[in-house]
Amino acid sequence: MSALQTHLKEETQLDVDHGVNNFSITVATINGSGSQTSNLTMLRALFKMGIPVSGKNLFPSNIQGLPTWYTIRVSKDGFLARREEHEIVVAMNPATFIEDLAGVQPGGAFFFADDIRYPIHRDDVIAYPMPVKQITKNSDAPSSLRDYVSNMVYVGVLAQILGIDLDKIYQALNFHFKGKTKPIDLNFGVVRASAEWAATNLEKRDPYRVEFMHATHDYIMADGNTAAALGSIYGGVQFVSWYPITPASSLAESLQEYLPILRKDPEEEGKNTFAVVQAEDELAAIGMAVGAGWSGLRAMTSTSGPGLSLMTEYAGMAYFAEVPLVVWDVQRVGPSTGLPTRTAQGDLTFTYFMGHGDTQQIILLPGSVNECFEFGWRAFDIAERVQMPVFILSDLDLGMNNWMTPPFKYPEKPMDRGKILWEEDLEKMNGNWGRYRDIDQDAIPYRTVPGNQHSKAAYFARGTGHTPDAQYSEDPGVWHDNLERLKRKYEAARQYMPEPIIEKSPGAEIGIISFGSTEPAIAEARHQFVEANIATDFLRVRAIPFTTDVEVFIRDHRAVYVVEMNRDGQMNQLLSVEYPHLANKLVSIAFTDGLPLTAQRVCEMILSQEE
Amino acid sequence: MADQITATGTRLQVNLAGLTKSDYRGNPSTLCQGCGHNSIASQIITAAYELDIIPEKVVKFSGIGCSSKSPFYFLNRSFGFNGLHGRMPSLATGALFADYNLHGVGVSGDGDSASIGMGQFKHVVRRNLRMVYIIENNGVYGLTKGQFSATAEVGLTLKSQGTNQYMPVDIAWEALVGHATFVARSFAGDPKQVKELIKAAMSHDGIAVLDIISPCVTFNNQDAAMHSYQWGKNHEIALHELAYVPPAEEIMVEYEQGEDIEVTMHDGSVIVLKKLDRDYDPTDRAEAIRILEEANRCQCLITGLIYIDTSQPSLVDLYNLPKTPLNRLTEHRLRPARETMQQVNDLMF
Repeated sequence: MSALQTHLKEETQLDVDHGVNNFSITVATINGSGSQTSNLTMLRALFKMGIPVSGKNLFPSNIQGLPTWYTIRVSKDGFLARREEHEIVVAMNPATFIEDLAGVQPGGAFFFADDIRYPIHRDDVIAYPMPVKQITKNSDAPSSLRDYVSNMVYVGVLAQILGIDLDKIYQALNFHFKGKTKPIDLNFGVVRASAEWAATNLEKRDPYRVEFMHATHDYIMADGNTAAALGSIYGGVQFVSWYPITPASSLAESLQEYLPILRKDPEEEGKNTFAVVQAEDELAAIGMAVGAGWSGLRAMTSTSGPGLSLMTEYAGMAYFAEVPLVVWDVQRVGPSTGLPTRTAQGDLTFTYFMGHGDTQQIILLPGSVNECFEFGWRAFDIAERVQMPVFILSDLDLGMNNWMTPPFKYPEKPMDRGKILWEEDLEKMNGNWGRYRDIDQDAIPYRTVPGNQHSKAAYFARGTGHTPDAQYSEDPGVWHDNLERLKRKYEAARQYMPEPIIEKSPGAEIGIISFGSTEPAIAEARHQFVEANIATDFLRVRAIPFTTDVEVFIRDHRAVYVVEMNRDGQMNQLLSVEYPHLANKLVSIAFTDGLPLTAQRVCEMILSQEE
Repeated sequence: MADQITATGTRLQVNLAGLTKSDYRGNPSTLCQGCGHNSIASQIITAAYELDIIPEKVVKFSGIGCSSKSPFYFLNRSFGFNGLHGRMPSLATGALFADYNLHGVGVSGDGDSASIGMGQFKHVVRRNLRMVYIIENNGVYGLTKGQFSATAEVGLTLKSQGTNQYMPVDIAWEALVGHATFVARSFAGDPKQVKELIKAAMSHDGIAVLDIISPCVTFNNQDAAMHSYQWGKNHEIALHELAYVPPAEEIMVEYEQGEDIEVTMHDGSVIVLKKLDRDYDPTDRAEAIRILEEANRCQCLITGLIYIDTSQPSLVDLYNLPKTPLNRLTEHRLRPARETMQQVNDLMF
């Protein structure tokens, strides 16, 4: 049970009525029509009313014109995964009107723009027409902005019918428009006019409404890409190279937004302690990061699947030449261009083996927005400690959607810059060192970086075979020893990995393993299992290489379901390779269709295996 | 220059950095005897020695190929990174942000820069990264045994490859069109010019592209081939006689007034271009494009400083970085103060 759910259990139950603070809204609009502002406004207003809430944008790969949906889940119990069902549907797009109407839960509410002239055949839903055009026309909006503000009509109508507080809506708009009165007043004017129109003209007939709670005051609302950028900034990132790609672009753009605010040099006034370069492609983006990491900068790049494919050659070289850098992969649906605006967890095995020959990469797997922040800074410590690339696999759902999350926590540890030698260190050693010598018997060598002025500091880095002193070598023994050391180094890296999150239930015989953004769906599924008298334990993997807790967890259960959003059960594959003696306990629960996982799907898939 | 007396009493000549020429050497070359690349490596050594450069302040870069092996054959006391095929420019871009005091010296080839690496080459040029970018241009792939490169001329016939039918890439032209701020062409068979151009390039505050015809004695040195020693000797037309004058030295004008062109570099050094049989102004971009077209038409090897623009800022200059090298900043300059955490959380919703 998450901290949030525990907290909620302790809170006095507000209402036994099922329709209070417990439903899903889906808004159907046209991409590029400005509906994102309206949807985020509703989400934020509900959040500020203290009600646990989540919002997911299900959008097309398109700038303007294609259908787009936004789902908001309001859950007094704190279940924030996507649901298949929607009790409330807002239809603003004629192109999807019929399917949107068909999708309303029986007994649900259907709000529609009254200029869409389709018959409403369902008598098991409550239909509310909204005079969108008329209200917009009567507003102060100049004609060029009417289409944009028209989406505020449903915000106002829903506010009236569901009870969303108008002050909180104002607060949300104020945040969205960064305090600029003109757009705030314009949009809020439409919201208020719409709410007033609904109060006069609509009779509430559906059972859904919201009430104030106190469940969100310890939380902030943010997206994973912003969190990743901020975490990197607190991790001291110095060099960022990137190439635009959905859904990763906003990570680099957030760096560009916050670095100038947070990273002015405290010593040399007005100077920047960072550089951001938009590269010509992903090959160059990672190439620059490898160069910067090799030169002693905390370097990173961010991308998604197709970009990751292009980065493979340098990723393999960085592994072999032992260059620290951080690569964020905000996963989307592949293979190929795939579904660029949909979410998945399909890059796991590719990243793990990324590089030809024998390559094993380090992967961090954040499962919440807050962890995107934490891994943002921790990744640099790990990369510099073990002198390897560190890949962080987030996904579109985590990266681009707004989630309620505990506030970001300042790094509790000082930076670990790893085994780096400067002039005075070499002086003490009389210059007697070798770049790839295993001095400490932990397989992690010492390194120097360009700019070091000691006459013995320099070495020649390369992707070809090299001796412990970094000299070119094709000697079979030298090659073999070096590759074995790299394997031992990967073993040594385990001790620096974040431990998994484990939740236990008394008497549980079955376990569930997952990673990343699927946790809310699994938490809800486990709750449903409890109601069916099935106890489950849960482990969320947060890093590869795995730590011993993972092996113990598998060993201690009769069966372990590995839940993930891909076709082939990639985490299951990696666990089976790592623990072949336990592989017969693992059951793959893998599913991908581009949408965030639901508890219902998790339940169905696990129950069908249990039977 | 000065003399240094060693422990054994031998007199060694040292430069103003107090170093002997052997302090600039590299490992023995493993390239073919007579390879143009070896000649260029030795000119890099001489240029660095004569410029009194501290080797620890140079970082070497290369991609993949015969040319890209050569950074191992000069300046052993400099850091170096032999990167991926065609991907040296990105590697250098990231690395040179670490410490702006460092001179970047990249060595690439026509396969590395004009084929697989054309994209990165053009982009590092457009960003004006401060580095010397040498392309050892021989028209063939040597390490893979003699295939055509993209700079091979139409009609070139190579053993077991047949005859090239595609138009060649002109590296100097690509650099110029890509807004390079220093473009030169030279010939490995003209070591004096190579050395002076390297010195000038080392003083340039931006990208300095040196397209050096560097014959492959094993696979493409037939007398009639445009990347051979013989063809170069027969067809080289130098635009000017070039002399590099370091910042501290006075220019001794040997020429009649108005005959020579002087280009003052960022560091105060001067490139003196003595007129030969034509007027050529390397600060005129249109003229530079015209001369390359003329070289193309007359099928001759026009060498010298083709274009220079000392007014453009180099890449790292655009980033408002502190005087302390970025890679020497410690935690208190890199991690925002603890009290900012609350402010950041307040910025979220």
